[in-house]
Parts: sequence; structure tokens; C-alpha cells
Amino acid sequence: MFGKLSWSAIPLHEPIPLITCMVIVAIIFGTLLLVLLKGWAPYLWKEWITSVDHKRVGVMYFLLGFIMLLRGFSDAIMMRSQLAVAYNAPGYLPPDHYDQIFSAHGTIMIFFVAMPFVIGLMNFVVPLQIGSRDVAFPTLNSVSLWLTASGVLLVNLSLGIGEFSRAGWLAYPPLSELSFSPGVGVDYYLWSLQISGIGTLLSGVNLVTTILKLRAPGMALSRMPVFSWTALASNLLIVAAFPILTATFAMLLLDRYLDFHFFTNELGGNPMMYINLIWAWGHPEVYILILPCFGVFSEVISTFSSKPLFGYRSMVMATMVICVLSFMVWLHHFFTMGAGADVNGFFGIMTMIIAVPTGVKVFNWLFTMYGGRIRFTTPILWAVGFMVTFVIGGITGVLMAVPPADFILHNSLFLIAHFHNVIIGGVVFGAFAGYTYWFPKVFGFKLHEGWGKAAFWFWFFGFYVAFMPLYVLGGMGMTRRMQHYDVAAWKPYLVVAALGAVLILCGIVCHIAQLVVSIRSRHRLADLTGDPWDGRTLEWITTSPPPVFNFAVLPNVKGEEAYWGMKQKALAAGQLAEEPIYEDIEVPRNTPTGFVTAFFSTITGFALIWHIWWLVCLGLLGAFLTFVRFAWRNEDEYRIPASEVARLDRERRRTRSAVIASGSIE
Amino acid sequence: MKAFATLLASLALCGCSDGIFDPHGAVGVAEKTILLNSLFIMMVVGAPIILATLLFAWWFRASNRHARYLPYWVYSGRLEVIVWVIPGLVVLFLGGIAWIGSHDLDPYKPLQSEREPLQVEVVSLDWKWLFIYPEQQVASVNELVVPAGRPVHFRLTSATVMNSFFIPQLGSQIYTMAGMATELNLIADQEGTYHGLSAQFSGDGFSDMHFEARAVSDADFIAWARAAATVGPPLDAQGYQQLLKPGTEPTPHTYAAVAPGLFDTALMLPMQASAAPHAPEN
Repeated sequence: MFGKLSWSAIPLHEPIPLITCMVIVAIIFGTLLLVLLKGWAPYLWKEWITSVDHKRVGVMYFLLGFIMLLRGFSDAIMMRSQLAVAYNAPGYLPPDHYDQIFSAHGTIMIFFVAMPFVIGLMNFVVPLQIGSRDVAFPTLNSVSLWLTASGVLLVNLSLGIGEFSRAGWLAYPPLSELSFSPGVGVDYYLWSLQISGIGTLLSGVNLVTTILKLRAPGMALSRMPVFSWTALASNLLIVAAFPILTATFAMLLLDRYLDFHFFTNELGGNPMMYINLIWAWGHPEVYILILPCFGVFSEVISTFSSKPLFGYRSMVMATMVICVLSFMVWLHHFFTMGAGADVNGFFGIMTMIIAVPTGVKVFNWLFTMYGGRIRFTTPILWAVGFMVTFVIGGITGVLMAVPPADFILHNSLFLIAHFHNVIIGGVVFGAFAGYTYWFPKVFGFKLHEGWGKAAFWFWFFGFYVAFMPLYVLGGMGMTRRMQHYDVAAWKPYLVVAALGAVLILCGIVCHIAQLVVSIRSRHRLADLTGDPWDGRTLEWITTSPPPVFNFAVLPNVKGEEAYWGMKQKALAAGQLAEEPIYEDIEVPRNTPTGFVTAFFSTITGFALIWHIWWLVCLGLLGAFLTFVRFAWRNEDEYRIPASEVARLDRERRRTRSAVIASGSIE
Repeated sequence: MKAFATLLASLALCGCSDGIFDPHGAVGVAEKTILLNSLFIMMVVGAPIILATLLFAWWFRASNRHARYLPYWVYSGRLEVIVWVIPGLVVLFLGGIAWIGSHDLDPYKPLQSEREPLQVEVVSLDWKWLFIYPEQQVASVNELVVPAGRPVHFRLTSATVMNSFFIPQLGSQIYTMAGMATELNLIADQEGTYHGLSAQFSGDGFSDMHFEARAVSDADFIAWARAAATVGPPLDAQGYQQLLKPGTEPTPHTYAAVAPGLFDTALMLPMQASAAPHAPEN
């Protein structure tokens, strides 16, 4: 009846997961109870859960990422504390638990923290920046979000029901095959990533279409802000790379469920094919994450230096060169496979070539700051911290692109330090820069500067204290994924690294405090003009938060930095442009399709993991019926009358006019 | 605070003993040199960028009214050329190092030496290392003994999941993969004991999957092989079955005799249909 599922799947005899689960369940039920008692449930359902507004979908993506950051970080601090005490000792985490933790840490941080952060930012910002009313397929957008949430739910279910994968964040076979990993852990890993992967692919299709088809009049590609360019590149990569991931996982699933032999040791299977395929997705994936963050930094550095971005065309070109080259470097993840000198040499050189456009970007940011008037707000701190940190990460990355150097650095803690160097220094710093930068646009008030700066400094120094020792340990020959060790010289470095993790914890606490403090003093921090930073791109022309239709009248773009141009014109004239003619606006209706689809996907995934076949059929049927129901809808849009649009926009124009009359936007 | 500073200073100093920055073989020395040269080249470009970032950010702060404000300075053809050419030249230079180094230090390439290389066959098991000496007809588990100053030619495979054979102080690592044989050439220049390990996660016993690599004098090596041939059980089908069982081997031990062709049997076993490897013939 229940397949492989039985009471023994609950970790009653293991205190750490058990207590964690009880706390999580208590928090979830507490939150639900609060929502119900306070009567917030209808509001949440109508305004958020069923929302197809790209702005709200973006916010929910980001929130999802932040919650999962807490989970992924708990894993991190457990690993660091385990290694700080596990010299000649078993530590407090037995190998089977420790192996699950590092596998979960990597999986969660990449798929459910970094990806939601980046996709959330793109979702919110891109339509505003290109002057569009929404994304191309609003309902699909909601489906993408909830499918990602479905993956998150499955990964976290593995804490309390069964186990998670013990095969690392990429589940290399043959270790991840049934003969070496007979439990449900790898199945949890595979199905949650398959489901959320579909969500990511749909999101990629959606944003590519949005950017290519829904730009405001006059917004030629050559006038598009750099963040939108990087979003385009990133989503093109999603569309090209995620099918590879899905196919690779599908083959591993066939191996595990139907006794296929794609990647097994026996019967002609070849595990190395998996390693090639997974990195054919995996390397573009890191650029999917970092490119939009490059975009964030371009916006932030330009805005706070009070200057246009230096070398716009170079920046765009560099972005697209990276986009293409990212598919030609995957083999550098396994130079030690013994592929031969020519193959290794070729991929080594290709990897270095990709450093050229990246270097160009750094130079252009430098020249953007040159001759600027830099206002040191929190976002620019993240940006400068990024430039310093990322250059170090880039240097160590190029070192490992030299095959003979990689032969002694491969899989060592040097590698771990390198990719945390670029992912924390690049993606995480970028996500936080974007978060602080666009927060006032999202909610109508700025984040508290003091707490934001404290968070930055803790993260910044925490990163160095946590990961510089790992570079040294790599040099001392310490390899990754060890649960204990017997080399005395390694211990002091691991203790320091654990202290670094504590500093990062302080950074996270500051973030939470910043959010609480900012909400409490939201009236003092309110952004009344819609343009709190003296911005240059279109998202700053509308109110904060923007109305559901974003723009009362689609802006007419006349050059690069569309909004900056309009603002200068208005300032020179001392008044806004003439009032436009308002028309009715059609806005997509909210729909529970996404949520319900994801509900059935979760059931299907869970049933597949535990081999409960009747439930699989039920789940699939439910998802299909949801789709049919959606396809049969009668009205998918509602009309906002011109009078209402006019009322809202006149209010905006009143505030703007007052600012224009005072002569300066700030 | 002072204690912390002392700690940091001691950390910076002891980082170079053992590991890849203290190589004891020609391969490791060459790789360390390439690594440091590349680091130096990258620092020549990277360090000024970091300094310039901090300097520009500080000098062009909004409150500094001595700084020039160039709100319309957005393009300079000359600078554009320079920012593309500088990284390009660095990569051209480093790419040459990578290409030549990749060929010179190809793990498959025999080392230059007047002496014939010693043949060692390596099988990674769950979670231990089996070393077979086909010429000496002995085998050992978790203990690698080689003569110093003589090249060693390894053939490697795995009887289980993928592992990576790595002795940091001697140089290159290489994967061991079931059903495939990789090759690796290393040399220990001086006598000594070096830490060896698996550098590719392979399951619950992974952390204990390390071994001692001892480089000894020729005479000591001969003596060790002779002694090994007289003590311990032979490595026959039954013994190999025992080794295949998952588990760690805290104490290294040797086998007095090895069934001929055991490595090739281990190599071919996964190709066959049976999921559980069975005993080698003969």
C-alpha cells in the first residue's frame, strides 16, 4: 500500500534530525496558526499565493531563497564545527549523517538559495526595467515559482521522512547508483531537482520571451539596461542548459528505477558519461548565477557613482561572449580523469579565455567609479566588496585551469575555497546588493542602513576568515568531504574556518535584524518619490511600490538610460512632460493553477520516491486536471478603467512635480 | 587580541610543511613551479586591480570635493582596447604554460630516467587501497613502498565506485574507475614517508581511505619485497573476496603471493553481467 514507506523512515533514534524536525514542524504550525487566528489567510491566498504579478512572484522567490539560506547555512555550520573537533576523533556527526549534510548543503545552496535569489531579482526587475506590464506568461511564472517550492519541500521532507542523498551535490555515479546507494536519499535528490528544474526551465522560457518581445516602445536591445542584458544571457543559458540536467537525471532515474545501465559499472554502463553531461549543465549553471549578479553590480556601481556605466557596449559584448563560451569549458572539472594532454590543454585554454571578458567587466566597473561621486550606501559596499573578493576568486580559478596545477589542487579544499570565493563573493554579495538596492521599489521604504552595513562587514570578514584557511589547507593536501582526519597540522586552520562561519552567522542575524528594524520604522524610511537613489533606469520612474500594471502609460524610450534622460529633461524644463492620454489596462487574473499544480507535483514526487505507485497516478492525474481546468478558463484578464489609471498616475505626477520644482530628485 | 594575532602568524608560517608546497618528487616539483608561476602572473594583473578598486572607491567618494567629477565620461576607445588586450595577453601567456605543462606533465607520459620504472598496479576498494607488484609477485593493502630515485609506473582501476589516487607530496592525482585502467607516472626523489589518500568521495568509509607511501633505498625495497613474500597469506580468489567487502583497514598488511593477472581480472569484472563481483579464475 505505501511502497517502501514505513515507520522506520522516521529518525526516532537519531536526536539531531529528530529535534530539528520537531522545531521546524513547530515553527510551521505556529506560523499557520498565527495566520489563521489573525485572519490573514484569505489575504495571503488572494494576494500572494495565487498571484501572477511578476513583482510578487519575484518577492516570493527571494523569500524562499532566504529561508533556504538559513537551512543551508545550518548545514554549513554543522560541517565546520564537526571538522573543528574531528581531529583523531569521530566528532559528533557520524559519516552517514555528515555525508547527507554536505550533499544537502551544496544542493540547497545552489538550487534553492542562489537560484531563487537570482530568479527572484530578475522576475521583479526585468519587466520594470524594459518598460513592460508583466512577463510574457504570468500564470506560467506562478507555476515556475511553486514548482521550485515543491522541490524545496521534498528536499526538506527528507529530513524527517527517510534520508537525503549521501553522494555529494552532483550525485556522481556509480556511487549514486542503486547498488551503492540503495536508500531513498538519491531519489529525494533526483525528484526534487527534476521538479524544480522544470520550474526553472519554464521561468527561463518566460523571461527570454519577455525580454525579446515585451520591451517598451523605443527600447531597442542596444538601449537595454545591462541588468536586463545579463538576465537575457542568463535565461538563454537556462533554456539551453537545463534540458541537459533533466535528461541526465532522467537517465540516472532509469538506472535506479528500471534497471537501465547508462551509468552503472556493469553491462557496458559508463559513469564518466554522467560526469561529462552533468558538467555540460553545471558550468553554464555557474554563469546562470553570476551573470545577473554582474548586472546588479553594473546598475549599483553606475547609480551610486552618479555616472553612466563605462563602456556599455563592451559590457554587453563581454556578457554575450561569456554566455557562449560557458558551454565550452566543462571538462576543466575533471582534468584528472586522464583524458590526455591535448584535451586537457584545450579545455584549460578555453577556461582562461573566459576570464578575458570577465576581466573586461572588472575594468569597466573600475572606470565607472573613476570620476564619479560615490555615495557609500549599503549596495555599493557590497559592490566594492565583490570587486575585491571576486578578483581573488578569479585568480584562483585561473590557477586551477592550468591542468598540471589542477592535478595537485583538484578536489582539495583549495577548490572549495575557490568556488565559495566566487559564489559568496559574486552571487551572494550580488543578491544582497540587489536586495538592498531594489527593496524600496518593492515595498516603498528603504532598508535600515546601519544594520545593512553591519551585515556587510560581518559577511565580508566572515568570508575571509572562513575560506582563506581553506586555501591553505588545500595546499597542505587536505581533500574535500572528509568527516574526520588525523593530520595535526590541519586542525588550527579548521578551527579558524569555523570561527569564520560564526562571523557569517552574525551577518545573517544582522540581515534579519535589518528587516525587522526597517519594517518598524517604515514611515521614517519611506520612499515617497519612487526614485530613492537618483536612479537611471525605467523601474525608478514608477511609484514605490509600483501599481499592479507597473506603468500607467508605457514609457517611450529615446536612448540609453531611458529614465535618466526623461528626468534631466524634466529638471531642465522645471516640469514634467505633458499628461498622457490614459486608457483601460488589462491585467491578468490571479489563479491558483501554479499552487495546485505544485501540490500535485509534490505528491507525485513523494510517491515516486517511496514507490507508492497508485499515489503517483493520482498525483499526475491531479496535475493534468489542473492544467485542463486552466486551459478551459473563460476570463483570464480583468480591466482597470482609464479613470482609475489616471487617478493613480496623477497622484504619482503630483509627488514628482513637487520634487522637480525643488530642483533635485533626492 | 594578541593571542589571535599570534595564531594568525603561526598559521601563515606552518602552511608550507607537507602537502603540495613541499614536494619530494620531480612531478610534484614541476607542478608546484607551474602553480606558483601562474599565481605570480595572475597577481601582476590582479593585485593592481584590487588596489585600484579600493583607491578609486576611496578617492571618488562623494564627500571628496578635490576629486574630479566626470559625469559624462562613458567611453574611451583607447581604454577599451587596453581592457580587452591586457587580459588577452595574460591569457595568451598563461595558455602557453597550460598547453606545454599539460603535455610535459601528462600523467601517462613516462618520466625521463636512466632506470626502468617499477610497475605497481593499484585497485581502489571500499574503503582501502590494494597495491599489486606484478614483478615482485607481492601485494599490500594501504601501504605503498617504492624505491626512492626510481620512477614508478602505476596502472589504476577501481573495484567499486570512483576514487582518486593522490600522494600530495609526489604530485599528480588520477581517477580510478571501474572497468577502466588509468596510468600515472611518479617518482620520489628522497627517502621518506608521504601521506596518500583518496581525493574523490567514495562513501561512508572515505575519510579512512588513506595510506602511507614510503620511499626507501633500493636495498630496503628488495628486503621489503622479500619479507612480504614470506609472511602473510597469498592473495587468491578467496582473499580478494574478503577485500571486496566494504570496510576500512586500519592496519596495513601484505600478501605473500598474488594470483597472476589479478589486476586485469579486477579491471574486467565490472564488465560482466553479475552485479556482485565474483572470484577471479586461476
